[in-house]
Amino acid sequence: MLRLEARPNPSRTMQALTPVIAVAATMIAGGILFALLGKSPFAAIRMLFWDPVFGEFAFYYRGQILIKAAPLILIALGLSFGFRANIWNIGAEGQFIMGAVVGGATGLALYPYEAFWVFPLMIIMGAIGGMLWGLIPAFLKIKFNANEILVSLMLVYVASNFLAAMVTGPLRSPVGMNFPVSRNFSEYASAANEELIAGTGMHWGVVTAFLAVIVAYIALTRHIAGFQIQVTGQSARAAKFGGINPNLTIALCLGLSGALAGMAGIFEATGPAGKLSTNFPVGYGFTAIIVAFLGRLNPIGVLLAGLLLAITFVGGDVVQTELQVPKASIQVFQGMLLFFLLGSEILVNFRLRLNKKGVA
Amino acid sequence: MTPLLRISGLTKAYPGVVANDNVSFDIGIGEVHALLGENGAGKSTLVKAIYGLVHPDSGTMELGGNAYDPGEPRNARASGVAMVFQHFSLFEALTVGENIALGMENAPETTALSEKIRTVSANYGLTLDPDRLVGDLSAGERQRVEIVRCLLQEPKLLVMDEPTSVLTPQEVDILFETLRKLKAEGTSILYISHKLEEIRTICDHATILRLGKVVGTCIPSEETPKSMAEMMVGTTLTAPKKGAFQPGPALLEVHNLWLASSDPFGTSLKEITFNLHAGEVLGIGGVAGNGQDELMLALSGEERTQNGTIQFKGENIGHRGPNYRRTQGLLTAPEERLGHAAAPDMSLTENALLTGFGRQKLTTNGFVKWNATKNFARAIVEKFDVRTPSVNNAAKSLSGGNLQKFVIGREIMQNPEVFIVNQPTWGVDAAAAADIRQAILELAHNGAAVLVISQDLDELMEISDTFAVLSEGAMSKVRSAQGVTIEEIGLLMGGTEVSHAPA
Amino acid sequence: MDFSAISPVSLIVSLIAASTPILLAAIGELVVEKSGVLNLGVEGMMIIGAITGFIAAVSTGNPFLGFLGGAIGGALVSIIFIVLTQYLMANQVASGLGLTMIGLGLAALLGHSYAGIKPPSSPHLDIAGLSDLPVVGPILFNHDFIIYFSIILTASVWYFLNRTKAGLILRAVGENHDAAHALGYKVVRVRIYAILFGGACAGIGGAYLSLIRVPQWTEGMTAGAGWIALAIVVFGSWKPWRVLIGAYLFGGVTILQLNLQAVGVNIGAAYLSMTPYIITIIVLVIMSSDKKRASLNAPAALGKLFHASK
Repeated sequence: MLRLEARPNPSRTMQALTPVIAVAATMIAGGILFALLGKSPFAAIRMLFWDPVFGEFAFYYRGQILIKAAPLILIALGLSFGFRANIWNIGAEGQFIMGAVVGGATGLALYPYEAFWVFPLMIIMGAIGGMLWGLIPAFLKIKFNANEILVSLMLVYVASNFLAAMVTGPLRSPVGMNFPVSRNFSEYASAANEELIAGTGMHWGVVTAFLAVIVAYIALTRHIAGFQIQVTGQSARAAKFGGINPNLTIALCLGLSGALAGMAGIFEATGPAGKLSTNFPVGYGFTAIIVAFLGRLNPIGVLLAGLLLAITFVGGDVVQTELQVPKASIQVFQGMLLFFLLGSEILVNFRLRLNKKGVA
Repeated sequence: MTPLLRISGLTKAYPGVVANDNVSFDIGIGEVHALLGENGAGKSTLVKAIYGLVHPDSGTMELGGNAYDPGEPRNARASGVAMVFQHFSLFEALTVGENIALGMENAPETTALSEKIRTVSANYGLTLDPDRLVGDLSAGERQRVEIVRCLLQEPKLLVMDEPTSVLTPQEVDILFETLRKLKAEGTSILYISHKLEEIRTICDHATILRLGKVVGTCIPSEETPKSMAEMMVGTTLTAPKKGAFQPGPALLEVHNLWLASSDPFGTSLKEITFNLHAGEVLGIGGVAGNGQDELMLALSGEERTQNGTIQFKGENIGHRGPNYRRTQGLLTAPEERLGHAAAPDMSLTENALLTGFGRQKLTTNGFVKWNATKNFARAIVEKFDVRTPSVNNAAKSLSGGNLQKFVIGREIMQNPEVFIVNQPTWGVDAAAAADIRQAILELAHNGAAVLVISQDLDELMEISDTFAVLSEGAMSKVRSAQGVTIEEIGLLMGGTEVSHAPA
Repeated sequence: MDFSAISPVSLIVSLIAASTPILLAAIGELVVEKSGVLNLGVEGMMIIGAITGFIAAVSTGNPFLGFLGGAIGGALVSIIFIVLTQYLMANQVASGLGLTMIGLGLAALLGHSYAGIKPPSSPHLDIAGLSDLPVVGPILFNHDFIIYFSIILTASVWYFLNRTKAGLILRAVGENHDAAHALGYKVVRVRIYAILFGGACAGIGGAYLSLIRVPQWTEGMTAGAGWIALAIVVFGSWKPWRVLIGAYLFGGVTILQLNLQAVGVNIGAAYLSMTPYIITIIVLVIMSSDKKRASLNAPAALGKLFHASK
C-alpha cells in the first residue's frame, strides 16, 4: 500500500517538475478523451500543441499565440500575487471587462480628437477601472469581513450586465445600425492598439505583459513587499507578528490584480477585439486562474504557462475545425490540466512510500 | 496477582527516530503508575499505542491477562481503557453534553446523558453543566469534561497525559482527590508527567523513559526530585547563577491597559498596570488562557491599544505597530514557534528577515539584501547552537528546541532594550532550556529589561527578580520574587489577591 | 407601465420555483461545510446535474429517473474533488474552482446534441379541493414534487445535524478534525460522504433547472446559481432553515426583477439583471460584518487540510 510521508523541506525538484508532470498527464488523459469522441488522439494532441508553433501555418498561429497569451499573462501575474497571500480574486473577468469599459469610454468620449496621449490615457483609465472594481471586494473584506471569492465572482455578473447596458446605451456606436456594439477603435487612429510589427501579433499589450513579468519577478524575489505577501499567505499570524498590515495586503493584492486585468481588458478592446460588445468577454479572467496555478504562482512560470495555454487556445481552434470536436472539449482539456497540477502538487510536500508488508 | 496491563518489548520507529525501543512494564490493579521522561522521550507514542492511535512495529500488550491489540481507540474504550489528552480533544463550539457523547460508544439520549453527567460529576467533586458551550469553559473545567467523559465509561485503566499543566495548584488538589477516589475503587491510572513533585505525591510506581528506552523504575515516594530528574535527564544539571538585581530606570510603563480579546473564546485584559526596569527580569505566572496571549499581542504591537496605556522610554507606543517598536528596541518572542514566531514553510533566512529587516537594516529602499540576511541567520544559528544542516532549511524541519533557540536568538541578537517572551522553554529539552534561560539572564545582566511569561513556576522562580500573576485577564501587583511561596502563588492564580510587601 | 399585471399569488408561486435549485444546492453545501470542507465547485456540480438529469429524463421519458440521473451525475463529478482534497491534499479553494471549470466544460460536451429538446414534464401535486383553494391552494398545494422534496430535505438535514449521533460526529469533524481523529472518528470518510451528498444535492438542483424551471438544456444555464448557493450558506449562518429563508428571499428578488422587466419598468433590462447579484453581495456583507457571530457559527476547521500524521 502507498503511504504519504511529510517532507521536512519542500522539494525544489518537484516544484519545477509538477507542471511538466501535469502537462504530460493531461496529454494522456486528453488523448483518451479525444479517443472517446472517436477522434485520433495522436492527431488531436499534435494539432493542439505542435501545429500552432511548428506546423504549416505556424507563421500565422504564432502571432495568435502572443495575442492570446498577453491577457492571460497580465491577469495571471496579478492573481498569482493574491493567491500567494491567500487572497482569492476569482473575479478577474469582471475587472477585465470594467477596464475595457472605462478605458474604452475614455477614448470614445474624446472621439474624434487625435493626439498621441489618447491611447496611453485610455490604458491608464482602463487600469484604474479594473483596480477600482478589484478594490470593491477588498473594501468589503477589510471593512465587513465579506468573503472575497464570492463578492469578486458576483461582480463578474454585474460587470457583464454593465457592459451590456453600456453598449446598448451611452457607448452604442451611432454608425453600428443599432447593434449592441461600440464604435470600432481601429477607425480611430489615436485609440487603436495596432500591431507594432505587422504579422507578428506583437501589440502594446504583449510588450506590457513581458515587462510586467520582469517587474513582478523582481518584486517577488528581491523586494520586501513580495516577501511580505508570501509570509501573509504562509501564516497570517506570523505576518502580523512581522508587522505586516493584513488589510493593506488585501487592498494591494486585489487592487494590483484588478489594475492588471483592467489593462488587459483595454488592450484587448482596442486591439484584437477592436470594439466593445456583449461578446467581448471570452473567459480570459477564468483561464488565467489555471495559468497562475500552472505557473506555480511564479512570474517566470506564469509566462511559460500563459504561452502554453495560449497554444491550447489556438490549437483548440485547429482541432475544432479539423476534427469537428465541440469547443467545450478544449475547456475540459484545460480543466484537466489544473486538476493534474493540483493533484501532483502533493509530491512537493510529501513523499510517496511503499508500506512495508508484514505484521505490525 | 496478574497485572492489569502488561507491556512487553514494545517498539515503534518513525523515519529517523525510534520513539519506543523495546519498552516493557506492568501496571497493577488500583495502581497509579507514573510514566516519566523529558519531551521526546517517547511517552506520547507509548500512550497512543495503548489507546490504539498508533500501531507498534513489534511487541505485545496484555490487558487483564488477555492479549490486547486495540487497533483503534474505539476498541481501546470497549476494553476499558480511557484517556484524558494533553491537548484537549474537545470541540469548542459544541456543548459539554455533546462533547461527552462523542467520546462514548453507546451514549444515552440527551436528557438521560445530562442526568448522568450531573451525577458523576457530583460524585467526584467535578462540577459541570452539560448545556454549556465548551468554548466558554476555563482550562480546568475543560479537563473535567474529559475526565467525566472517561468516568462515564467506568474504565479499568485511565490514561492521563500531562493533566496538571493547565491547572492552578488548588485545581491540582481537587484532581488528586478524584484520582485517590478512583484508585480506592480499583481503577488503575497511568500518569504521564515531568513534574516530579506531583509524581512523588500521587504515584505508587514510576517507569522512566529516555530516548525511547526504559532507563529505570522506582517508587517515587522513596526518591527525591533531584534523583528522579537525574534518571530522566541522564546528566546532572547546573542551575544558572542569578546575578544581583539593581533596578535601573523604568523602560516600559504600562498603565491602566484594557483590551478586548479578538478571539471569541479569549480573555480580555483588565486594568493592567506595571513598570519594567532596566536590568530586571519580571516573571509573570498564571494558568494558560488567563490573558497571556492577549498581553503579549498588546505589548508586541500586533494589537493596538489606547493612547497613554503603553510607554516605552517615555514615548507613547500603544498605537504603534510591531515594526516601529522593534526599531525602537522593544522585541518580542511569542509562545507559538511555528505559525506565529516563524512561518513554517519558509527558510531560516527568510524567518530571520521577518523580524530583523528593520533593526538589522536588511533592506535598501525596500530591496532585500539577501546576503546580509543570510549572514544574520547564520550568526543566530552559530551563537545559539541551532542544529540545522543549513539556513536554507524550512523552519518546520527543525526540532522544537532548535527552532525555539533560533526564535529567541533572532531577537536577542538584535540587542533589545526591552525583551518580552512567552513560554521561552515550552516543549524544549532540558539542555536547550538551560541555554535559553542563561541567554535571558545575560540579556538582563547587560542592562535590558526582560518580561517572561511562563506557566512553569520553577522556571520563573529560577530566573525572575520580580513576580506577578495573570488571572482572568487581570494582573496582580508586582512583588519581589524572593521568598514567594507556592501557596501564595496558588491563591494569586485563583484570582484572590493576598496582601504583601511592595516590591 | 402596468403593475397590476404582477399578481402577488403567482409571484409567490414562481418565487418558490426560482428558489428551489439554489435551496437544494445550498443545503448540500451546508452539510459539506459543516464537515469542514469548502467545496467551491457547486456551480460545476450543478451544471453536470443539469445535463445528466436532462439526458436521463429524455432517454427514459421519466422525470423521476431524470432527477436520479442528476443526483448521480453531481455525486460522480464530486469524486474528482474528493480525490484531490481528501487523498492528494490539494488546496480546497483551487480544487473547487477547477471543479467548476471542468464541470462547465464537461456539461457542454455532454449536452452537445441535446440543445432544443423538450424534457418530459414533471407531475404536480394536485389534491382535489385543497389545490383549488384561492391563494392558499396555488401557494401550498400545487407544486411539482421536487419542491416538496426540497423542503423535506431541509427538515431532514436539520434533524440529522441536530438530533442524531452521525450528525454530531459530522459537526465534530468540521469543528476540530484533530480532536475527532484522536477520538477515533474517520475524518476523511465522514468528509467523503458529505461531499458526495453535496454533489448529489447540487446535481438535483441543476436537474431542476433543466427539467422544470427552464425547461430545456442550454450551455452555461446555471448562470452563477451555484455561486449564489454558496453565498446563501453564509447568509443562513450554516443553519438549514435560515438557508431556506435565504434561498426564498433570493428567489423573490429574481422573480421581482424579471416581472419588472416584463412590465417594462423604465430601467434598462441589463441593470435589472444585475440586482440579484448585487443583493447577494449586500446580504453577504451584512451577514459577515459581525465577526464574532460569524466565527461562532462557521465550522472552525472549514477549508483546513487534514493529514493524520503518526
